[in-house]
Amino acid sequence: MEFQIIWFVLWGVLWAVYFMLDGFDFGTGMVHKFIARNEVEKRTVIGTLGPVWDGNEVWLLTAGGATFAAFPTTYALMFSYLYTPLLLILFSLILRGVALELRNKEEGEAWRRNWDAALVVGSFLPTLLFGVAFGNIFQGLPMDAGGYHGNLFTLLNPYGLLTGALFLLLFLVHGSVWIAFKTGGDISARSSALAEKLWNPLLAVAVVFLAFTAFATKLYDNFLGNPAWMAVPVLAVLGLVGTRVFLAMGESLKAFYSSALTILMVVFTGVIGLYPNLIPSSIDPAHSLTIFNSSSSPYTLKIMTAVALTFVPIVIGYQIWTYRIFRHKVTPEDTMKSGALY
Amino acid sequence: MDALTLSRLQFAVTAAFHFIFVPLTLGLSMLVAFMETRYVRTGDETWLRMTRFWGKLFLINFALGVVTGITMEFQFGMNWAEYSKYVGDIFGAPLAIEATAAFFLESTFIGIWIFGWDKISKKAHAVSIWLVAVATNLSALWILLANGWMQKPVGYVLRNNRAEMVDFGAMLTNPYGWLKFGHTVLSGYVVAAFFVMGIAAWHIIRRNEIDLFKRSFRLAAGFGLASSILVFIVGDFHAAIVAQSQPAKFAAMESVWETQKSVPYNMLVVPDVEGERNSVSAAGVPGLLSFFAFHDSDAEIRGLKSFPKDERPPVLATFLSFRSMLVLGIAFMAISLAAYLIARKDGLESSPNLLRVMPWLIPLPYLACQLGWLVAEVGRQPWIVYGVFKTSDGVSKAISSGQVWASLIGFTLFYGFLGFVDIYLLTKHSRKGPDGILPATARIA
Repeated sequence: MEFQIIWFVLWGVLWAVYFMLDGFDFGTGMVHKFIARNEVEKRTVIGTLGPVWDGNEVWLLTAGGATFAAFPTTYALMFSYLYTPLLLILFSLILRGVALELRNKEEGEAWRRNWDAALVVGSFLPTLLFGVAFGNIFQGLPMDAGGYHGNLFTLLNPYGLLTGALFLLLFLVHGSVWIAFKTGGDISARSSALAEKLWNPLLAVAVVFLAFTAFATKLYDNFLGNPAWMAVPVLAVLGLVGTRVFLAMGESLKAFYSSALTILMVVFTGVIGLYPNLIPSSIDPAHSLTIFNSSSSPYTLKIMTAVALTFVPIVIGYQIWTYRIFRHKVTPEDTMKSGALY
Repeated sequence: MDALTLSRLQFAVTAAFHFIFVPLTLGLSMLVAFMETRYVRTGDETWLRMTRFWGKLFLINFALGVVTGITMEFQFGMNWAEYSKYVGDIFGAPLAIEATAAFFLESTFIGIWIFGWDKISKKAHAVSIWLVAVATNLSALWILLANGWMQKPVGYVLRNNRAEMVDFGAMLTNPYGWLKFGHTVLSGYVVAAFFVMGIAAWHIIRRNEIDLFKRSFRLAAGFGLASSILVFIVGDFHAAIVAQSQPAKFAAMESVWETQKSVPYNMLVVPDVEGERNSVSAAGVPGLLSFFAFHDSDAEIRGLKSFPKDERPPVLATFLSFRSMLVLGIAFMAISLAAYLIARKDGLESSPNLLRVMPWLIPLPYLACQLGWLVAEVGRQPWIVYGVFKTSDGVSKAISSGQVWASLIGFTLFYGFLGFVDIYLLTKHSRKGPDGILPATARIA
């Protein structure tokens, strides 16, 4: 297999894993205020992210770094064309990280309240903007020999906003299910109920998204040419249905796995549909950025493949180990006992 | 100002801000790991309390280092797209490896360390902070191999309108990158040593937790003495490789205008950039600069005048930054030596002057780090990749000056706020001591 294809697969996997993991961080960051009834409960909910969020975020840096190393032209053009939305994502991610790490570094209600508000903003904006960005990548960016012909407002088109809404609802449900399974008692019941409530609009938006995709993008062409790939979007739908079914059965862990599967498969659906493009041009197909015309040299790709195949499994290994260490449910009692930790 | 100037300014602001947090992380992670290891080995509770106290300050600093680091990766693509396209084939590799092999490790194990106190064994807990310490230092290695390549490009050919990697091993073993790594990491250890000594001194003089803070001071003094000597020695080799591979930068660092052999080292130099000469150069030691540059007192040094004007770096900024860093570096060795000798003889409590001055010295190693980066980056101008690609060719074509104005103002305000929060929290928690209680006001006279 050509190295470009290996790296395309890796590129898709890095983004998919990133959204699956940071997705519940964002979701939790957005819903914590609606689930927690008092300060201790809030610390409990946010405490479920404590040991893992930082490791989750690195998947984004790796996805970015991998794009730079394997597809430098795409990295360069994507980041400079999407300057303003990326800047907003960057500021939000900084705000989110600082909010999570500093909210417990000072006693006092106002201090925590302000950082909690920062956490909501820092979780909401990246979710929405990543959705808008990927929606626009799916339909293609207006670029040709003269460069890029868009701006922040051309990105806010109906399909871009729809994808933004899809990401928001996906992560809101994902985060609520995460809290449901990581906590117990009342908190868990409340987040479970919230996830069920959010599931209906998610289903509605997902259906509209699947239909609109046929008109706004060329993503389905690859599936029509190769129907076996249809298994991927079908799995996404099964994951979505599974989330709801397991929630109703009170099986929050299985619901979480289902919702994780949905996110993975949604991203894979988009990535498979893009192939061999990384960013299609919406105005001149000759200027689409493909894995062949924007990649690094075979030598670099070979070395980076060796690096990735060595280290990514190790990373997955110790991250799974981390989730095992912290597999216990976080309770308000623990939170009180650990004092300043949360 | 155009998008180029603004992008350069923005890179300088965001890199300098990021590098307020990095050096302390590099050094303090090592010290905290050492403290926890001592606790696991001896069972002595004081080491545990030290681990927790310094660990808390470490975490505040670490959080800001991590979040401001994301900016750096984004910025290459956002503001320097032409550069990224041109060098991505070789420059992207170390950045991607840094994320995969080092950053994952540090971000995952910091979570285990913070939340794992009663979840894993004492030994495994100490191992996790060592992994964080090693991973942060490993992170620095990959980033500095990337920067080392910009300074002394190796292992590439120009092909397909870009620099393509042909020898990964050459980039991996680039002596410039390794010297930069040694020099940078050791400078971070000096920052951490002065940070710990300064805060410990503040408490000792208030007779607060004397045993714990004397122990901290002793540890930091030894660490500071060793690192300040080593950073100087490595710095000497670093300067030599600059002389050899970046002659224009070296000439600017020392303000050498004429090409000549057996160049003296002048203690007193006042550059006159307009007149392309030094208006004052006095107190010279014959042949010493040649010796510094090539470890041979007869060697020839290329002067600035042998370079076309548009290929000379800003002389005054490079020269002043380098001189000031050098003076600070010498001062660090002297202060660490004094601090170490006094601490070893258990004379801290009877040296109130030393204790009084140490907290005020905390900013100086930080300043030296910033000056060092100014020498490295300003001195490389007008090149972004020395001798291969100019900075002015690297800026993104798709961005307007309005966009960069907005982002630069945004960064300045946002980072200003974060810097304020950081200083506030560090001051508060370092004053509070290990039990979270402010010390009484009685002082050692």
